[in-house]
Amino acid sequence: MNKKILIADDEQNIVISIEFLLRREGFEVLVAGDGEEALAKVRGERPDLVLLDVMMPKMNGFDVCQALRADPDLAGTRILMLTAKGRDTEVSKGLGLGADGYMTKPFSTKELLAEVRKLLGM
Amino acid sequence: MAAPRKLILTVVAASLFTLVLVGATAALMLAGEPDASGVGRSAAERIVVLIVLLLLASACCCWVIVRLHDLYAASPLRMAEEVTAALAHSSLRVGDQGAAELRVLAQAVNQLLALREASENDVAERVREARASLEEERSRLAALMADLSQSVVVCNLDGRVLLYNQRARQELAAGADGGHGELLGLGRSIYTVFDRALITHALERLQQASRELGETENRQLLGSAQFVTATPAGRLLRAHMSPVLGGDGPHHAQVGGLSITGFVLVLEDVTSSNERHARRDALIQSLIEGGRGPLGSIRAAAEMLSEVADMPAQQRNRFLRVVHDEAAKLSAQFETAASAFSNDLRERWLLEEMRGAEVLIVAARRIGERRADERRALAVKTENVDEDLWLRVDGYGLFQALRYLAWRLQDEYAVREVRLSLTRSGQLAQLDLSWLGTFMNNETAMGWLQDPMSVAGDSSPLSVTDIVERCNGEIWFQRERVSHRAFFRTMLPIADAPTDLPRAVIAAAEGERPEFYDFDLFSWSAASHELDDRLLSELAFTVFDTETTGLQPTQGDEIIQIGATRIVNRRLLRHECFDQLINPQCRLSPQSIEVHGITPELLVDQPTIDVVLPKFHAFCADTVLVGHNAAFDMRFLQLKEKQTGVRFEQPVLDTLLLSAVLHSNQTTHRLEAIAERLGVSVFGRHTALGDAIVTGEVFLKMLPLLAEMGIRTLRQAREASQKTFHARLRY
Repeated sequence: MNKKILIADDEQNIVISIEFLLRREGFEVLVAGDGEEALAKVRGERPDLVLLDVMMPKMNGFDVCQALRADPDLAGTRILMLTAKGRDTEVSKGLGLGADGYMTKPFSTKELLAEVRKLLGM
Repeated sequence: MAAPRKLILTVVAASLFTLVLVGATAALMLAGEPDASGVGRSAAERIVVLIVLLLLASACCCWVIVRLHDLYAASPLRMAEEVTAALAHSSLRVGDQGAAELRVLAQAVNQLLALREASENDVAERVREARASLEEERSRLAALMADLSQSVVVCNLDGRVLLYNQRARQELAAGADGGHGELLGLGRSIYTVFDRALITHALERLQQASRELGETENRQLLGSAQFVTATPAGRLLRAHMSPVLGGDGPHHAQVGGLSITGFVLVLEDVTSSNERHARRDALIQSLIEGGRGPLGSIRAAAEMLSEVADMPAQQRNRFLRVVHDEAAKLSAQFETAASAFSNDLRERWLLEEMRGAEVLIVAARRIGERRADERRALAVKTENVDEDLWLRVDGYGLFQALRYLAWRLQDEYAVREVRLSLTRSGQLAQLDLSWLGTFMNNETAMGWLQDPMSVAGDSSPLSVTDIVERCNGEIWFQRERVSHRAFFRTMLPIADAPTDLPRAVIAAAEGERPEFYDFDLFSWSAASHELDDRLLSELAFTVFDTETTGLQPTQGDEIIQIGATRIVNRRLLRHECFDQLINPQCRLSPQSIEVHGITPELLVDQPTIDVVLPKFHAFCADTVLVGHNAAFDMRFLQLKEKQTGVRFEQPVLDTLLLSAVLHSNQTTHRLEAIAERLGVSVFGRHTALGDAIVTGEVFLKMLPLLAEMGIRTLRQAREASQKTFHARLRY
């Protein structure tokens, strides 16, 4: 069965590339444009991995991460946070809130892919 | 004549006199005896002769005694009086009189007196010299302090201000609303401006630090503490605090044999530099963080484009559009940042604000200086100088650059005269160094601007271009063939005229100290004494006066002006005054306008009493109130207690009552009359501040007169006033 990945980011221009990249690698890809939508899709679609942007409308990535980790049913969902700020404090906050990995924009697509595979145990 | 000889002579004279007397009596007796012939004097005749003789003898004795008394008893007494008088006035001398011995004594005494006078004069001279040099040092200190670009405030341990400079006044005096809440003043508490805990903490840190230094270095400066705080007006200040050391401070402040008796605060307004740092940080943040997103999108899209060869055209176009959009976004972001922050980024050099006209004057002088190689000095003219322009430049560098160019023109092209002009050109200032006649080509000019500056033994590793760029400007060479003029044109950014130019030092009147410091306050300790038993001479007073709409406070008359000034250590502090008009929110009667000359239009935009009174209350903090007929003004103030929530509980002295204490036989105690009596010149009367100043002067003149009457403390003054008050009531 194909692994399911949710991309939660309001920046359409990065979503286009990541979506294309992941589909090409054979993943099933879902997209959410804001925090609330991301939370709803995780609950409804149960993806294996969420690529979570920090700066999003309605609900930011940290809050989404916290909400996901508060739900024991979703314990198996891996979270990879993507951020445009890249401050050390932010990285540690994300990991502290239960994210499994952290990538700072701009990143190389190869690294992203490697990180995704690692988190999915592939 | 030697004393023993005198004694012998006296004894001989007395013996001779007695002998003569006895002899004469005997002769008389014998001569008068009736002889054989029967010729002789009768007994009665002899007795008469005898009596006459005795009378003559006793008269002779009396004369001798009087002479002797004068010589040996009266003269010493007179001399004693003269010596007593000379005790008080060292210029007096003892008279040359009486017996010779006494004169010798008088000479000795006079020598002593002369010695004493000489030494007194010597002491007086030294005191005068010492005072003069002290006064000179104080003026120098005052001038120095006034000139400092930082604020300086010196306080004693109680936080009383002993000294401050103009800058401190400007920075700290303004209240939260920028109004004239005079918070900083001699003898005032610094804690009205700064949080007490902040200063206490800094002091503790100082003591701690010096204790840790240990006994070995106990004479070392105790270091300093820093803190950042905000003024009531919202400015951000960095305070640098150093201790003032003395030998006899309070025990708890003792450190290694020395104690802290006060502290110096050097304050720096960091609001603007903090703002600048914050802006620079924001710029960096916005560039770094704002750039990540677009870069991330571009990179991902680019990688897709380059790595996936078999992409459908539609997909390829989507990626290309991403790259295009995000690159445009990034460019726009850089443009915004560059225009918004360009000035902040370049200001690494210590640029100073200078008036453009001044830049030209100094530059002209530098260029026109006689040169070391004895060449003829170059003529310099300034023309078209825009007097309003302010520049932000590295002055030293700019002068060096202009001189280098001018001198090189003289050396290499025999130019005899150069002209400097400064005009406005849009948002920039245009500074031209021009000359007539000889032209150079562009390449040569370029070389001059790019070469390290070196002319007539004066060299620098920097080029003219370096200097001008440092001033955020541009320089180039240009020529006008028609007018035969050539010039180096420098474009420089225009700076805002600085708003906080240091004011000129206010010269103190002769014999009067400048009013920004008072070290005599070091010995002050406000907390420990009841005001009542304090000497009048050491109290701080607020002398005040009000103008009102009328004379009936209970029937709706209102205060329309409060003026006040302060007396600290027997000095009237004219610069620390309170002067505020008040909107009475009621009509002014024409009669009252005649008295105070304040028209309704003046009051329309003024604050109301409930705003002003709390400020005035703060101004009066820790002082004794003084007013002329103060009861009248106090009545107005007290009627407002409920409305404004401030109570004036300070002790009050009334110059009217004090005048009655001093001159109980005078019929009038109007302020003018008292002022005239005490030799105080009156001007500016019938403004509240003018009257307050006259009252203050009068009060100061009264203090020594009161002291002569034994009225020295506040309690004594109040009691004496009360007595006269009752006495006056009775009449």
